Amino acid sequence: MKSLRRFFTRLSGFAAGRREDQRWREEMEEHLAQQTADNLRAGMPPFEARRQAVLKFGAVEAIREQYHAEQSLPFIENLVQDLRYAARQLAASPGFASIAILTIALGIGATTAIYSVVDAVLLHPLPYPNPAELVRIEDDLPGVGAQGVGVSIPEWRDLESSGIFQSAAITGRGANVNLTGSAQPERLSFKQVTPNYFAVLGVDAQLGRTFDPHDSTPGYNLEVVISDGLWRREFGADPHILGKALLLDDDVYHVVGVMPRGFRDQGSTSEERNTELWLGAGFAGLPFPPPQRGLRLRSRVVIARLKPGLSIAAAQGHLDALVASLQKQFPADYPPETAWTVHLVPLGETVVGNVRQPLLLMMGAVGLVLLIGCVNVANLLLARAAARGREFAIRQALGAARMRLIRQLLTESLLLSLLGGIAGLAILFFTRKLLLQMIPATLPRLNDISINWTVLLFALGVSVLAGAFFGLAPALQAARLDPSHVLRQEGRGSKGSKNQKWTLDALVVTEFALSLVLLIAAGLLLHSFWDLFRVQPGFDPDRVMAIQTWLPGPNDPAADIYRTATQESVLLREILRRSRTLQGVEESAVGDRTALPLGHSHPTPLPLVREGIETMENQAPVIDSPIVSPEYFHLLGMSLLRGRLFSDHDLEDTPQVAVINQAAARTYWPKQDPLGKRVRLRLDAREQSSSATPPWTMIVGVIADARTESLAEAAIPQIYRSVYQHPAKDLAIFLRGQIDPAAIPDQARAMIQSINPELPVFGAKRLPDVVSESLAQRRFSMDIVLLFALTALLLAGIGVYGTISYIVSERTRDIGIRIALGAQRKTILHMILSQGLALALTGAAVGLVGAWIVSHLMAGLLYGVSPSDPLTFIGLTAVLVLVALAACYIPARRAMRVDPIIALREA
Amino acid sequence: MPEKPDVPQGTLALMVLKTLDLLGPLHGYGIARRIEQISGDLLAVNQGTLYPLLLKLEHEGAIASDWGTSENNRRARFYRLTRTGHKQLQTETSDWEQTAAIIARFFDVKAENLR
Repeated sequence: MKSLRRFFTRLSGFAAGRREDQRWREEMEEHLAQQTADNLRAGMPPFEARRQAVLKFGAVEAIREQYHAEQSLPFIENLVQDLRYAARQLAASPGFASIAILTIALGIGATTAIYSVVDAVLLHPLPYPNPAELVRIEDDLPGVGAQGVGVSIPEWRDLESSGIFQSAAITGRGANVNLTGSAQPERLSFKQVTPNYFAVLGVDAQLGRTFDPHDSTPGYNLEVVISDGLWRREFGADPHILGKALLLDDDVYHVVGVMPRGFRDQGSTSEERNTELWLGAGFAGLPFPPPQRGLRLRSRVVIARLKPGLSIAAAQGHLDALVASLQKQFPADYPPETAWTVHLVPLGETVVGNVRQPLLLMMGAVGLVLLIGCVNVANLLLARAAARGREFAIRQALGAARMRLIRQLLTESLLLSLLGGIAGLAILFFTRKLLLQMIPATLPRLNDISINWTVLLFALGVSVLAGAFFGLAPALQAARLDPSHVLRQEGRGSKGSKNQKWTLDALVVTEFALSLVLLIAAGLLLHSFWDLFRVQPGFDPDRVMAIQTWLPGPNDPAADIYRTATQESVLLREILRRSRTLQGVEESAVGDRTALPLGHSHPTPLPLVREGIETMENQAPVIDSPIVSPEYFHLLGMSLLRGRLFSDHDLEDTPQVAVINQAAARTYWPKQDPLGKRVRLRLDAREQSSSATPPWTMIVGVIADARTESLAEAAIPQIYRSVYQHPAKDLAIFLRGQIDPAAIPDQARAMIQSINPELPVFGAKRLPDVVSESLAQRRFSMDIVLLFALTALLLAGIGVYGTISYIVSERTRDIGIRIALGAQRKTILHMILSQGLALALTGAAVGLVGAWIVSHLMAGLLYGVSPSDPLTFIGLTAVLVLVALAACYIPARRAMRVDPIIALREA
Repeated sequence: MPEKPDVPQGTLALMVLKTLDLLGPLHGYGIARRIEQISGDLLAVNQGTLYPLLLKLEHEGAIASDWGTSENNRRARFYRLTRTGHKQLQTETSDWEQTAAIIARFFDVKAENLR
């Protein structure tokens, strides 16, 4: 309390600049006058009386300082003084200052940029209140090797009433719906959710309401909540939107609410990010299948909000108990061999799981660059400190305390780093739009990346840390100087202390080690990317364009004009026929979204039941099953190995046939001939309302493996079926030929809508673009790391150049003597070069160890290259050593050319 | 000239407060004189150091000061104890007495008393 009051008085004194010198002088005068008077009275002569009074008073200046300090805050005053001095120092050597500030600015700017991404994506993945309570509930059947099998409706009800969760909601995976009735039919992405979905997320509507969490309509409740984006775009932010009827896939829904602007569905995949409609559904009545305990659907995702204060581990414990009791209660639905388990995953994890590693790698890489930058600035400062040795010696001799010197030097380096930080933020601020464009669109929460307070605070913290880091060594160095030694030596060619040389060497070695780590990481990523880029995809994307459409799927199956394959085939054959008349088109085919190569991140695999190994559907292995028209394989250049492809005679009423790829043959019929084998595939989302047992399908052909799922995966089992036997709603039309990519989307739209004007046409893409986009995220992390590695190499080169130059300039006199005594110039060159080489080799040795550790940590990001690939390790070490030698060569040549006469005379 | 002992840290403030308590408002020189007198000339206050201390006590609110006229008709600053200062003096006095008593007891102890 007392000291607080004193502090504030002093602070106000400091702030007001109030100087009570006047009072002090008057008091002192009064004191001395009285003392002198007393002394006179005691009989001293006047001069002596005054002298004794002054003596008794004490050291005036010291007391004045004390008095002054009492009035103000000496710490801040010193700081201001130091700052002024530091600013003058920097202004005095603008070259040094600008290089140092630029280095730091780049380091801090880049670090802050990456941090802003990490902050939005990894640290705040969920834009909902109390995100830590949100979990995703996943069901596995490890006994039969099935993961993420989804829940059945009775299971969901058990979870809801288990007491573990405040609430648990089912959401369908994102899907599309056609909005008709406006000028142009539109395809919108929607999600069917249980009415308590928004209650689980804890978000309310900005206009109207969300669904009533207690609504228990078994099927769709025909209410729709729309996104802010859709409201503004499609309805002009109409304030009277509530109650408006929307025609979605030919069903009428009523708008009940508009979500707030910032609301975004958590979306586990990039396709789901733009959900614009939410439909309330009970998942238990038409058009959904009946709620049987054994009927689990993969398309159902369960998210829940834990009871407050319940940890995930504790909740998992309760959940395990629930699972055990359900297994006892319904033994027929949970056979022990399937080993049904349910586990909780933090919801944030499901959103960022696959980007964490690349982001952390980038953060690490940029951190290393910043560190190298700091080391460079430390190098510069050290050299400067050596040059300013005389200044420090004199100040020490005049009585400056070591602490005070260290403080002053640290102030200088902090000023440097803060200026660098500000410059870095400025660069970041002006380039942020450009930088955001570099980020692949598949990154979750891309739109939430911003330069906010956390990011600014981070930049400030990093600046301070960096300043302290690169300022400490030079400051300690300067304070350790022995003034008498320095002053005596001065003028006779100062020679840095052993200690100082050691520090310089250590810094250069650090730089080399760090840049080698980065170089090798970048090299491995480049290698992986190159391998992927050159990989034979097994299909030919060249000159192929894909255009999507979506057939409506009304809730009442009887109202669906494309319900059966036969009904749909009329439309498809007409589309195919007319598309061949489009300009430049040579071939055309149709398929569903799963057949779209590399264009989807989440196919919904189907359970595969083989004849002879019959199991319950939800215990069968799952397989990707594209639906295609017979022309598909030829159009994409996928070759038939055995048997036959589909023909136009495989129709709905002829025996069901399928074509599999080699991987499926190897996996499911090892050492057998798959031709003629029969399987059953339950259609999940597409035929969800039919509960009849699907017919047997015979395998008639085997095609070569193609990397249509992911370029990184050589062989994923796939089973193809004909679109003339299985209707598909999510259609892609493939066109091959000399097509004008700018004109074809409109031509295709006109062509499709001339057949059915209610069909939306969207997503026209060239397949080669799709292929390169599928590598975008890898390319992004590779580009970033490569950029950082090259920066690091450059900085390290500059660092070694600076150090060797410094050593040479310090040893000019020494070299002059050697040459005068007859040393060969070549020997001098060797001497200097070998010094640089020794530093580079030491750094490389340390760096190799670091790189080995890092490359094994990032093994998950590599493709086709071992994390300890000897070629990369050796090759890049050689590059580093070469750069070091080149950087040393310039100062070494200068050393070789030293003229002994000049060197000796000047020194 | 025999060195006079320095004033121990912190006690000077206590002495100032006590002096002001006893004698009422005083100017700086007066306080210095009184302290010297009371301590029997044993404490040669490095008299100037009194002024930063007075400023500090004033900032802490223990004393207050005003310009006035000294006995020989000069302008001088007079210091007086405030209520806070009075309270501070009381607590510090009792603290000091307690410490002194404990130390005194230690000095009184003889070896045989501890057996």
